[in-house]
Amino acid sequence: MNFATKLLHGTSCIDPVTGAASVPIYQASTFHQADLDRPGVYDYARSGNPTRHALEEAIAVLEGGERGFAFASGMAAISSVFMLFSAGDHVVVAEDVYGGTYRFLTKVLSRMGITVSFVDTTSLEQVEAAIRPETKGIYLETPSNPTLKVTDIAAVCALAKQRGLLVIVDNTFMTPYYQRPLELGADVVIHSATKFIGGHSDVVAGLAVTREAALGEQLYMIQNGMGAILGVQDSWLVLRGLKSLKARLDVSTQTAEKLARWLSTHPAVSRVYYTGLPEHDGHDLQNRQASGHGAVLSFDVGSRERAKALFDRVRLPIVAVSLGAVETILSYPAMMSHAAMPPAERARRGITDGLIRLSAGLEDAGDLLQDLAQALDALGPVEQVADRDAADDKQAFSWA
Amino acid sequence: MSVNKAFFSEKRGLFSLPSANSLEGEIHMHLETKLVQAGVAKDERTGAVSFPVYYATAYRHPALGQSTGYDYTRTANPTRTVLEQAIAEAEGGDAGFACASGMAAVHTVMGLFSQGDHLVVSLDLYGGTYRLFEQVLSRYGLRFSYVDLRDVKNLEEAIRPETRAVFVETPTNPLMQITDIAAVAEVAKRNGLLTIVDNTFMTPYCQRPLGLGADLVLHSATKYLGGHNDVLAGLIVTKGEELSEKIRFLHNSIGAVLGPQDCWLLLRGMKTLALRMERHQANAYAIAQKLREHPAVTDVFYPGLAEHPGYEVQRRQASGFSGMVSFRLRSADQVAPFLERLRIVSFAESLGGVESLCTYPATQTHADIPQEIREYVGVCDRLLRLSVGIEHPDDLIADVCQALDASLAVAGGSVR
Repeated sequence: MNFATKLLHGTSCIDPVTGAASVPIYQASTFHQADLDRPGVYDYARSGNPTRHALEEAIAVLEGGERGFAFASGMAAISSVFMLFSAGDHVVVAEDVYGGTYRFLTKVLSRMGITVSFVDTTSLEQVEAAIRPETKGIYLETPSNPTLKVTDIAAVCALAKQRGLLVIVDNTFMTPYYQRPLELGADVVIHSATKFIGGHSDVVAGLAVTREAALGEQLYMIQNGMGAILGVQDSWLVLRGLKSLKARLDVSTQTAEKLARWLSTHPAVSRVYYTGLPEHDGHDLQNRQASGHGAVLSFDVGSRERAKALFDRVRLPIVAVSLGAVETILSYPAMMSHAAMPPAERARRGITDGLIRLSAGLEDAGDLLQDLAQALDALGPVEQVADRDAADDKQAFSWA
Repeated sequence: MSVNKAFFSEKRGLFSLPSANSLEGEIHMHLETKLVQAGVAKDERTGAVSFPVYYATAYRHPALGQSTGYDYTRTANPTRTVLEQAIAEAEGGDAGFACASGMAAVHTVMGLFSQGDHLVVSLDLYGGTYRLFEQVLSRYGLRFSYVDLRDVKNLEEAIRPETRAVFVETPTNPLMQITDIAAVAEVAKRNGLLTIVDNTFMTPYCQRPLGLGADLVLHSATKYLGGHNDVLAGLIVTKGEELSEKIRFLHNSIGAVLGPQDCWLLLRGMKTLALRMERHQANAYAIAQKLREHPAVTDVFYPGLAEHPGYEVQRRQASGFSGMVSFRLRSADQVAPFLERLRIVSFAESLGGVESLCTYPATQTHADIPQEIREYVGVCDRLLRLSVGIEHPDDLIADVCQALDASLAVAGGSVR
């Protein structure tokens, strides 16, 4: 079955009793037990609910894993998955992880005796050098947020296998449509399903999938024990969003590509980050391990004042936290997604005060381009900081 | 196409509370009134009596560095805010937090503690809480001592230099043991410990632990607060600015938040809390009386019975006894036939809903507690727990009695 078909028919969502084409919302917290000795599949909704179960099966099939889990938010998925580790364990983490993940690891998990090292996972040497005797896992985000650095998932997984480490990949930016980390050797995939999978800016949700059943059992114990599960109405909304995932991403990615090329020629922009641009450091690797470049790009307008002026002028994109929606969203990582990260750490990761992240939606690409053009034109040319790479980029990409 | 960006910036006070808060200083409101008024007409634009369900995950910023007060739904959602304010007010606390489940509330609160910290916990405890503590949090170096908090001396003896908090369930689940909250909180305060109370069985309608000296109250709101067996939710209420800020940080960072539809359902349930609790309680008392007299039953645990050892403390610290009744059958052989014969009462896990449920703690709610501990505490294989619903009491009594009679007949040989 091809992916597009799998999205709709990968799991049986047909209600066996009524034939309803959409799985019913089982707004029940508890389930009657017919026989003391033969407990039913469902007893208490935290442990299992038919609507949530349908979503959990769907994401497992799409990611090519054994078992799926739905959580109350992306962070609930991340915090629950990290509970696979114990006090004394060490985890190697991609240095430009989402700010919320960084906050959880450094402010909450650290007090539980789990230590982490943040490294540039695009360098296999750095990953290897960070591994200690007590290291139990490697945590990746690729492409990274917001500068879209690409990590070689298969290479990290091969290294991890040698050392007996768990590999966890946050696949939020790519979704299983473009990238399936479990097939590249990862053990757990995580999603903020609030983003592309839900896709409509209307539900906060997290998902996780394990490659193997045994690890799935462990994660189930944690999901049920800690109880950070997704509600039934929200499960249904995510399932509904999932059906149009491919159709939405096809359009959004095309738009993102167009905008990235155009932005890289615009004099008001000093730098564009998008893996679909051939000069992006991770371009070839991304082509190898994923089937698309996704709908998120970042660009630098040079300063906070200029970013502010751009936000004031744009008419179409929503200026907001989050991404991966039908609406185009502009956000300001320094004060939004990565506000939880200390300024020095941000600077080290290239999250400058002029950096803007764009998540392309489903609006007409021409309309978006026109809107961005009027806002950027008003800014005037960016001061040419001696950035040879960026200058080279501009020459290479005159908009056709 | 024009986009009305001015809407939010002009309406900064969109969620300011027009009536409830401003009235509070002038008019004393009873809990019933506060609960019913929660969210009423707070939507200033439309005046909707029922507060809308905000499904939005993200909120447009009026300009860079400006916010409507809502940025991202995990951090704050308008529908969730109304619920959180309602429970904070009902419990007499400073801040409320809505979580994905009761267990999500417990584990969020446990984020307050660090490796090496120790907590003193009620001996008779919900099995899910015990499982979280022993199977998950113990791996992070948190330590727990389970003691009988009916005697506050046991608490004093269990306190170590690294003890940080006492975690109380009262009445306990499922044995309905009563702990004197004020006495525990006094010892805790003297020793610099936080007092955390799981108030699921009582609800703020019957008991308000913060007023008795506790620092933090927890709820599995799936139970009485929601009240309809249709929504899974947890709530936290804190007292004091510092503790509230810490929980706010953990709530957002761990991310085990409650979705907006579930917030709305819970709020809807809470409006009838008082009516339901009155009926639950009256029905439970009637059934407890009947169970006492029935030959198939050896023990009845209900804090509303005058012979219950915690009766006096309960009367002092709570205004009611709630709707939970546990009882022991003569023999474990009666359990299966009893459950099988029930016609109105459902054999299901959970409690606190309008429908009556019967639970078998040994294999359901308390299955994760090792057998020897269960037996020691008294959660034996003859124990059943009834969550008495709001059906007509005569129908419930008739149903339970016929099932008890039948269980005696079926298991007659072994009972004699």
